[in-house]
Amino acid sequence: MSSDKAVTLRINGHDETATVPSHRTLLEALRGLGHVDVKCGCEKGDCGACAVLIDGEAVDSCLTLAHSAAGREITTLQGLGTPENLHPLQLSFSELGAAQCGYCTPGMIIASESLLRKNPSPSEDELRHALSGNPCRCTGYVKIFEAVNAAAEVMRNSGDPK
Amino acid sequence: MYGEFDLTLPQTLQEAVKALNAAGKDAVPLAGGTNVLIDLRSQRLVPKQIMDLGRVPGLRGIVVEGGRVTLGARTTVSDLLASPDIARCGPALVQAATVFAGQMVRNTATVAGNIACGSPAADLVPPLLSLDAEVTLTSTRGSRTVALCDYYTGYKADARAPDELITAISWPVPEANTFGTFYKLARRKGDAITVNGVAVSIGISDGRCVRARIALGSVAPIPMRACNAESLLEGQVLTPERIAAAAKAAAEECSPIDDVRATGAYRRRMVEVLVARLVENAVQAMT
Ligand SMILES: Cc1cc2nc3c(=O)[nH]c(=O)nc-3n(C[C@H](O)[C@H](O)[C@H](O)COP(=O)(O)OP(=O)(O)OC[C@H]3O[C@@H](n4cnc5c(N)ncnc54)[C@H](O)[C@@H]3O)c2cc1C
Ligand code: FES
Ligand code: FES
Repeated sequence: MSSDKAVTLRINGHDETATVPSHRTLLEALRGLGHVDVKCGCEKGDCGACAVLIDGEAVDSCLTLAHSAAGREITTLQGLGTPENLHPLQLSFSELGAAQCGYCTPGMIIASESLLRKNPSPSEDELRHALSGNPCRCTGYVKIFEAVNAAAEVMRNSGDPK
Repeated sequence: MYGEFDLTLPQTLQEAVKALNAAGKDAVPLAGGTNVLIDLRSQRLVPKQIMDLGRVPGLRGIVVEGGRVTLGARTTVSDLLASPDIARCGPALVQAATVFAGQMVRNTATVAGNIACGSPAADLVPPLLSLDAEVTLTSTRGSRTVALCDYYTGYKADARAPDELITAISWPVPEANTFGTFYKLARRKGDAITVNGVAVSIGISDGRCVRARIALGSVAPIPMRACNAESLLEGQVLTPERIAAAAKAAAEECSPIDDVRATGAYRRRMVEVLVARLVENAVQAMT
């Protein structure tokens, strides 16, 4: 039977070691390591609050085993930008009031980033499609869509691949 | 929080099938985990061993060669959406991938996982049935292919032996004169479980139907082909009356149940409506 085992996770460009049993999810391991910018909502793939990028693609960390993520590049919200150097999505979400309680925001921004890396100029439909796994209980989505569009424009103009 | 199990991460296909052969029923393959993690959490699944296929090379990708489309087992729903080959050789599959879950689940959920989960509501299965897909199963004994229409043997029961892995899914590139489409009826557009899934593939030559495939999801214990309906169309001129008769036959040959999403009676009625609509759309698209 399984017991605690060390796993090295590459999180926001740094290696960190978690000692967890094989049934621990990546969500639990990340929060255990102090990455509480990854939120825990439903733990069954419905809410997207736990989204992180794995090798550049948004996934629900509650549906990923921690040990399965060894050797992959994991990016959480804090890996996108720091308070001194905010990512355009972080900036537009705060400036345009796209967060109320903020619980959905980390996952919303990760899902948006994953979309914009593949599709820098999403249509309204493409944006809704990409965020349909991220319900928000507060905002009504209009401000969220405005914020993603504003950030997309900044990102297109800056030519910054980040 | 979950029951304890051993996690293995085989590095090659050979290593994986060997380990699976040794473990038999005790090992559960893990692909995207979007079903497995849910089942672990609810303790519907309490395995001794989980075998994560994520390190096995060569299981992800889409190839069109020799008149066939072949998908690796770990090809994701997002991979389907990004592929011009799938847009050309399996438009019904693109429609199913579009209405599949939300982005994060699409980025991890695999085609083989959708087939192997055995859910009658698995959205990729009706399109694949309408394309005459085959499933390649591999074990230490070698590989064999099973037609997807013979894959399911009963509710959540399938032709896969416990030591076999699905390694590929393939189908013939559709003829130029065929039209394929899928419709998912659900309570809302995004991230919803299917009430009825209908896929059709219709071929017309010299004004007559030369190919009819009608596949239905969520209206029987397994995803099914409506063979009676298909045989009412093949060889015929597809008049509105013909199409209506076939749609009625499809509604008669399915066996939907009542559940939290819809009643069986509603599902049966909607099979008739949707089959007629999709076949009519196909005829119109080709004339
Ligand atoms: C929020 C949410 C929304 C969803 N929405 C949809 C939806 O809209 N439509 C839909 O159809 N499904 C949906 N699903 C269900 C699920 O995402 C799909 O069934 C998905 O395709 C499963 O693939 P996976 O790779 O995640 O499979 P896993 O969970 O890894 O595995 C599923 C099953 O397949 C077996 N398996 C996997 N790969 C192989 C293989 N190569 N060989 C043999 N056995 C294998 C596993 O042992 C397991 O029994 C949803 C799930 C969630 C959590
Ligand atoms: S906590 Fe992972 S999707 Fe809700
Ligand atoms: S801001 Fe509260 S859930 Fe989205």
